Amino acid sequence: MSIAVDIRDAVKSYGPVTALHGVSLAIADNEFFTLLGPSGCGKTTLLRLIAGFETITSGEIRLFGQDIARLEPNHRPVNTVFQNYALFPHLTVLENVAFGLKMQGVDAATRHARAGKMLEMVHLSQFADRMPAQLSGGQQQRVALARALAPAPKVLLLDEPLSALDLKLRQAMRVELKQLQEDTGITFVFVTHDQEEALTMSDRIAVMSNGRVQQTGTARDIYEAPVNRFVADFIGETNLLQVDVDSVSEGRATLTLPGGHRITCPSASTTTGKHHLSIRPERLTISPEADLTATVDRVVYLGTDLQVIAHLEGGQPITLRLQNAARTTPPDPGQRIGLHLEEGAARLLAD
Amino acid sequence: MAGPGNIPPSASDTGYRSLIGPLLLPTWAVIGIFMVLPVLLMAVYSFLTKEFRGGVIWDFTLAAYDQFFVTRGLFGDEPAQIEWTYINIFWRSIWQAGLATILCLLIGFPTAWFIATRPAQTRGLWLFLITIPYWVNLLIRTVSLKFLIRDNGPLNESLMAIGLIDGPLPLVNTNLAVQLGLFYSYLPFMVLPIYAAVERYNFALSEAAADLYASRWATLREIVLPVVKPGIIAGCILVFVPSLGAFLAPDLLGGAKTFMIGSLIDEQFKGSQGDWPFGAAVAMILMTLVLIVLLLYARAQTRGATR
Ligand SMILES: Nc1ncnc2c1ncn2[C@@H]1O[C@H](COP(=O)(O)OP(=O)(O)OP(=O)(O)O)[C@@H](O)[C@H]1O
Ligand SMILES: [Mg+2]
Repeated sequence: MSIAVDIRDAVKSYGPVTALHGVSLAIADNEFFTLLGPSGCGKTTLLRLIAGFETITSGEIRLFGQDIARLEPNHRPVNTVFQNYALFPHLTVLENVAFGLKMQGVDAATRHARAGKMLEMVHLSQFADRMPAQLSGGQQQRVALARALAPAPKVLLLDEPLSALDLKLRQAMRVELKQLQEDTGITFVFVTHDQEEALTMSDRIAVMSNGRVQQTGTARDIYEAPVNRFVADFIGETNLLQVDVDSVSEGRATLTLPGGHRITCPSASTTTGKHHLSIRPERLTISPEADLTATVDRVVYLGTDLQVIAHLEGGQPITLRLQNAARTTPPDPGQRIGLHLEEGAARLLAD
Repeated sequence: MAGPGNIPPSASDTGYRSLIGPLLLPTWAVIGIFMVLPVLLMAVYSFLTKEFRGGVIWDFTLAAYDQFFVTRGLFGDEPAQIEWTYINIFWRSIWQAGLATILCLLIGFPTAWFIATRPAQTRGLWLFLITIPYWVNLLIRTVSLKFLIRDNGPLNESLMAIGLIDGPLPLVNTNLAVQLGLFYSYLPFMVLPIYAAVERYNFALSEAAADLYASRWATLREIVLPVVKPGIIAGCILVFVPSLGAFLAPDLLGGAKTFMIGSLIDEQFKGSQGDWPFGAAVAMILMTLVLIVLLLYARAQTRGATR
């Protein structure tokens, strides 16, 4: 598999503000790659570096092996779906979609035919002659997508393209986008701060915070094996317990849980002493075979699930999720319960 | 009682609507007395008979328009022919005004662009600087301009002092001087509307264009200019229309050779040589011309909007 976008030690500073502190990523060809992170972590900055709207302060950017760090955006075979779409207000939908081809010198008949095909692909054929202002947000989003895809770029950059849509449309568009990526084989670099979006669509995800990549991996990797507190906390829900680590060897740690129980679990840390243990709420079960003992504070009804909020003897909070099945009898507030850690439920984190 | 801030749209709508009439009364009065009435007066005068030494005789005739468009020879005894004298003055005025508009656009667009792309805090200062010359009366500014560029004025003197030229450049009483005067008088009318349009321009559009393989020139041509076009057109109208009727700059800087419509009209209302009906007729013809231009613009606008 060849590498589409290769970024090495990318640093981007805006005067005194450093938005990216040495980011390295290798995005494979045909990959649906997601940049995920909280607001202000540098996702847009990284995307703009790839598109060429910002110049890199130091480091390297290669596109299929070619160094593009000093190339103007109009010379990069990369197209962008902008966060606010940036459709040309004075051009019709069809002219918008055909614009890239026009700039590449494709003749009118050919480019309009191709633009028409693109509109068909995003189910907007009947809107070809409308102006962008006469479309709904979701339709504009699809025009932006068709416009970016029309010149058949090698890499498509998408900056939170779904954030302005309502939930139903967003879910539908996720499926469509994923399908489109598989059909066209174009490398997608997708930016979002919505972890659910990232988990459901991506081949691989880079989790970013404060201008650094914290972890890169598949959805399963980063959910099941977060390397540090930030990733564990940002992806999904988790319980972070302070524990004493007794010994670490070959990626497994032996540690003492609050309450005195000793367990062995996978570890991202290599040192002993005080560390954080991540326990996913859905991997905890109520059982007499208890690793932990807790007192129930309250039970929250979530529809498919029941969320049990409790605290351990030492006062540390702990949450578990129970499936809302017919046989589930939720505990009562004030009740003392034993909690069992399933295999793989707990993971020791590096800080 | 409903407060003025948050009225439910339909409920008290009628109550407010009945207030609008009386509240607009002063506005209507001002427009009526100071705008409509003078124009009507002008229209009526253009159909009256000229009284020597100024004024009119209340005798309706088309003589003024006839004088503008038709000639029957020096003694009025030849067959009617098209009178080119005034049409030529119009033509020259249109040409001068057009040239001034283009000049203002060429300088005004980059200026407006520059101001609109400054940080928000400093834009106000730049706009303020643009308006400073307008604190001084136009007549005084035009006279000063003439003083600056005359044969023994500071411009020629300093150019000669540094040895760039041997004799003074004959600037006064040329088309160039008139152009300079018009340009100087009306530049802000070009800068301000373009500034307003560029300030609203979404620069993400330029990035999108570059992303779609447009060069800088192509981006300017295909995206920027069409999007800020309403501002450009507004600026062109605001410069072209007053330039067309300007008389200070052509009069003071141009002299007899560069006679423009404004001076022609001005002359008809001055002293014993005046001809009020003819002056009124020329003004009406000018106004009709301007109206036609504006109507064409309005039509182009609405067509653009409904596209
Ligand atoms: N032009 C700029 N000048 C100065 N600082 C900037 C500039 N652009 C971005 N930054 C800073 O760089 C950091 C990263 O910004 P960026 O826009 O990449 O964040 P993001 O991850 O895309 O956030 P969001 O999810 O809110 O869009 C922020 O702290 C931001 O303030
Ligand atoms: Mg962003």
